[in-house]
Amino acid sequence: MDATTLPAALAETREDFLALGLKDRLTLLLDFSNELPELPERYRDHPDLLERVEECQSPVFIFVELDDAGLVHMHATAPAEAPTTRGFASILAQGLEGLTPDEVMAIPADYPQSLGLNEAVSPLRVRGMSGMLARAKRQLAERLAG
Amino acid sequence: MPVESDPAAKLAEYAHPERLVTTEWLAERLGRPGLVVVESDEDVLLYETGHIPGAVKVDWHTELNDPVVRDYLDGEGFAALVGSKGIARDSTVVIYGDRNNWWAAYALWVFTLFGHPDVRLLDGGRDKWIAEGRALTTEPPSVTPVEYPVVERDDTTVRAFKEDVLAHLGKPLIDVRSPEEYTGERTHMPAYPEEGALRGGHIPTAASVPWACAAAEDGTFKRRAELEAIYRDEVGLRDGDEVIAYCRIGERSSHTWFVLTHLLGFEHVRNYDGSWTEWGSAVRVPIAVGPERGEVPGR
Repeated sequence: MDATTLPAALAETREDFLALGLKDRLTLLLDFSNELPELPERYRDHPDLLERVEECQSPVFIFVELDDAGLVHMHATAPAEAPTTRGFASILAQGLEGLTPDEVMAIPADYPQSLGLNEAVSPLRVRGMSGMLARAKRQLAERLAG
Repeated sequence: MPVESDPAAKLAEYAHPERLVTTEWLAERLGRPGLVVVESDEDVLLYETGHIPGAVKVDWHTELNDPVVRDYLDGEGFAALVGSKGIARDSTVVIYGDRNNWWAAYALWVFTLFGHPDVRLLDGGRDKWIAEGRALTTEPPSVTPVEYPVVERDDTTVRAFKEDVLAHLGKPLIDVRSPEEYTGERTHMPAYPEEGALRGGHIPTAASVPWACAAAEDGTFKRRAELEAIYRDEVGLRDGDEVIAYCRIGERSSHTWFVLTHLLGFEHVRNYDGSWTEWGSAVRVPIAVGPERGEVPGR
């Protein structure tokens, strides 16, 4: 899969990051962090539904759901004290929103590595986003099987 | 020393009280000439969301490491970095950060490799400062770059390499990772693609003392008597011991290095920054699995 087949929102995010210098990439990640959508009401009282992403050192939780039309939505929560993790979650939550399961499963596992963040935040940290993407796909596979 | 030590009673209990300051002390001295406040966090964006007024940011991962070699900056790189942050050789540097000062302690340890004379931690770190409702700003500080001398790193006093650890086996070792990492269970769990070592477990004979054992509920260091109970009574450390601490990549263990060196006064403590990511993948080094410390292997 290349830029022409990557889901539009994720492709655009990548272009946005790569167009910036290292320092501005951090600012953009912070913007994403601030834009992480609130958890829908129905999950707020059911934290048990959310899966903790152990790869991240901060308490970040994700939940992938399929709506009645069979489209994907990813919900995530991470504390304000973990803006980097929130930023990663926000990129994925926004990028996966409304995709078909096939489109999500086809997202390259190394998408997080392609955003130009390795130099800006370090490869170790970017791996947290890789863990999140892997878990989102695994949850989706479980929903499809279930 | 350009800025006086914090005379707080709690700090006076420690072996080197001049290495810690309280939030009250710092709040009263912000902006004092000769004092530079540094924020060093696990989260690379946290500083931008709000920091202590005037504080500069040092990122442990992207700034203190050499970009090519798995090592720290050299003398020139360090001089350029800290000089650009307005830190002179005679500055009093107070470092604070998130997560019980885990990364702040790491930055302090790296400053120690370069022998920076006066570097201190803010007891309780970022969280305590915020919990007390003290000032934060998103305003970037106005920094005047200064000349910092080129000082070569001393890798012999507070730093241990793999070979040093092999030669050290039989003397006290402290593994500060989580119990699951210590036993070796963690890297064997499915669907946990962590930054991995090839094997799970610990260095034979190492005692398991998770780093957070040294922190109180509010993120400050525990009182000296509580720390003595952990490291002397439970672990069995004694005066004069040579100790090596390690974790996964050397950050959590610099927190324990700080506790042993500056709070308890052990004089021969080294941090093995290669830690488990190196040891667990290295050829021809012994490991131990399970909850027992394990034996010194025959040589």
